[in-house]
Amino acid sequence: MSITREEVRHVAGLARLDLADDVLDTMAEQLDGILGYMETLNRVDTEGIVPTAHAVSLTTPLRKDERRPHLDREAALANAPERDEETFLVPRVIG
Amino acid sequence: MCHGLSGEWAAGKSLLKAGFALSAVVTGKSTRHGLPTIESRFMNLYDLTIEDAHQQLVQGKLSAVALTGAVLARIEPVEPRIKAYLTLDPEGALAQADAADRRIAAGEATPLTGIPLGIKDVICTRGLRTTCGSRLLENFVPPYEAAVMERLKAAGAVILGKLNMDEFAMGSSTENSAYQITRNPWQLDHIPGGSSGGSAAAVAAGMCLGALGSDTGGSIRQPASHCGVVGLKPTYGRVSRYGLVAFASSLDQIGPMAKSVRDCALLLNAISGHDERDSTSVPNPVPDYAAFADDGLNRLRVGLPREYHQAEGLDPDVRRAMAAAIDTVRSMGAETVEVSLPHTEYAVAAYYIIAPCEASSNLARYDGVRYGVRSQDHADMLGMFRRTRTRGFGAEVQRRVILGTYALSAGYYDAYYGKASQIRSLIVEDFRRAFETCDVLLSPVAPTPAFKIGEKTDDPLTMYMSDVFTLSANLAGIPGISVPCGLSSGGLPIGLQIMGPHFSEERLLAAAFHFEQHTNFHRQKPDL
Repeated sequence: MSITREEVRHVAGLARLDLADDVLDTMAEQLDGILGYMETLNRVDTEGIVPTAHAVSLTTPLRKDERRPHLDREAALANAPERDEETFLVPRVIG
Repeated sequence: MCHGLSGEWAAGKSLLKAGFALSAVVTGKSTRHGLPTIESRFMNLYDLTIEDAHQQLVQGKLSAVALTGAVLARIEPVEPRIKAYLTLDPEGALAQADAADRRIAAGEATPLTGIPLGIKDVICTRGLRTTCGSRLLENFVPPYEAAVMERLKAAGAVILGKLNMDEFAMGSSTENSAYQITRNPWQLDHIPGGSSGGSAAAVAAGMCLGALGSDTGGSIRQPASHCGVVGLKPTYGRVSRYGLVAFASSLDQIGPMAKSVRDCALLLNAISGHDERDSTSVPNPVPDYAAFADDGLNRLRVGLPREYHQAEGLDPDVRRAMAAAIDTVRSMGAETVEVSLPHTEYAVAAYYIIAPCEASSNLARYDGVRYGVRSQDHADMLGMFRRTRTRGFGAEVQRRVILGTYALSAGYYDAYYGKASQIRSLIVEDFRRAFETCDVLLSPVAPTPAFKIGEKTDDPLTMYMSDVFTLSANLAGIPGISVPCGLSSGGLPIGLQIMGPHFSEERLLAAAFHFEQHTNFHRQKPDL
C-alpha cells in the first residue's frame, strides 16, 4: 500500500489539520516511506493470533457510585482561551 | 576502568561522616578522548546523590534551603549551555525547601524530603506551567496535580521546575521540542536522547538531584543511556498515569531518572502504588525497592537476546561495552544464556502503528476550546479547530497524528492497527518464552551512542529505528532499566539495559545496583 498526496490531504482534514502545499509534499513522501516499511509486518502469518491492546491484563475496576469532590468551575475554566463567568465560549456553530 | 576508585570513594564518604560540608571525594572524570582518569576535587553539593544528600540533611550538616540554593546556583551558569529547563520555579523551590527544613527538624523526614528534583514537562504540576514541549500548551497551567506529584510533594521533595522534551513525548532526541534544543552535557553538539532529554541532561549536569521522565517507547531509558545516568521504566500500571499528559495510553509509563540505582529506587518507592483515578493502575503492594534484598547478580540467569546483540548497525563501541558488561556479570556469578526474541525485527513497525493510532485519538482533545493557544484567524468552529491544531503542533506530532488517523480509518484498520496488535501478541509471547529460561534480559539500550544534533531530523524513519531495543518492553508492558556501562571512544556514555518480567523491578534494581557497585561507571561526570 502506498499513500497519495490527495489521501494525505484528506486524512489531515479528518485529523483537523490544514497542510500547506509544500508541507503536503514532504509529508506524503515521508508517510509513504513509513507505510512502505510497515509492510514488513505482512511477512508474518498472524492467522488466528488474538490481538493485544493492553499488555498487563486487568479486569475493569469498579467504584461505588457516590458523590465525590471534583474540580471547581473556576479552576476548570482558568485555562480557557475564551470564556464567560460559567462556560467555555466557541465560535457560533449553528447559523 | 576505575580500579582503586571504590576504596578512595569510601575514604571520601568517611570524610562526609566526619562532618565536612564540602568533602574531598573522588570522581572518575573522563578525558575527552581517552580512558577516564581519576582525580580528587572538592565535591559540590549539586553532585550529591539523593542518598548522600538525605544523610547530610537528617544529620543536620546541610539544610534543604542550602542544597536547593546550590542547585539553583549550578543551574544559572550551566542552563544557557544545556537548555534542559522549560520552566524554573526558584521561589517555589526555596519555599518548599524551607518547609522541608522544618519537617526535617521535626524528625519527620522521608528519603526525599528537601531533595531538589526536576519534572518532565508532560506531568501536570498544579500552578506550574506544563507545556509538553508544545506551542499549543504554551500558556497551560494545570488546575490539578498529577498523582506522582501529589506523592512527591507528600514526601517533602522540592520541585525546581519543568524539563524539556520532544513535543508530546514524540521523539528520540528532544529536537522536536517547540522551544529549545537540549544539549548532551558530555558533548554539547550531540543530542541528549529523547523524549525525556531535558530530564537526563539535567541529572547528568547536576541541575537537579533526580528527575521524573516518561517512557512510551524508550523515552526514559535511551536518554539515560545517552547522558550516563540511571533511568527506569516501570511495569505498565506500577505508577499512576493520572495527570500524565497522554501520548499512547497503553504504552506510557512514568519513571525515575537519577545519578545512581539507589536513587532511582528511592524515587520509585515514592511514586509507585495503586491509584483508583488511573483504571490501569495495579493494586500490587509496593516493596522497598531500595532494599536490594535480592542476591543481585549471583546465580542470576541472564538472557542475552541474540536479535539485540547480533543486530546489524550495532556500533562497535556499544558492542565492546556489551562484551565487557557480559564479562562483568559473569564474573559476579551470573549465568548467561543466549535467548531469542524472534519477532524483534517487527517491533519498530508494530510500535510506529500502535503508538500513532493511540496518539491520534489522545491528541484530538487539543481543539482550542478548554485550554491551549487558540488560533484567531478562523471563520467558523471547524476553521478554529484546524488553524489551532496546525499552528500549535510541530511537524513530528502532525506526522504521527496523520499516520494514526490513516491507520485507523475505514478500510485500513485491519491492515495496520489490527495487524500491529497481533504482532504485539507475538512480541509479548517472545518475552514470556524467554523468561522461562532466564530471570532478566541484558542488552544495549540503543544501537549507537548519542548522535549529533541535526543528524537524523530529516529522516523520521531512521530516527524511529534508533528505538529498536527499547520499544518492545513498552509493547509487552515489562520493566527495563538503563545503567551506565562505559564510554565510547568519542567520550559519550553507553547504557546497559536490563529487562525483566512484569513487576520484577526489585530484581532489576538489585542486579543494576550490584553491576553499578562493581563498575562505578555512574561516578563518571561530564566536564562542564
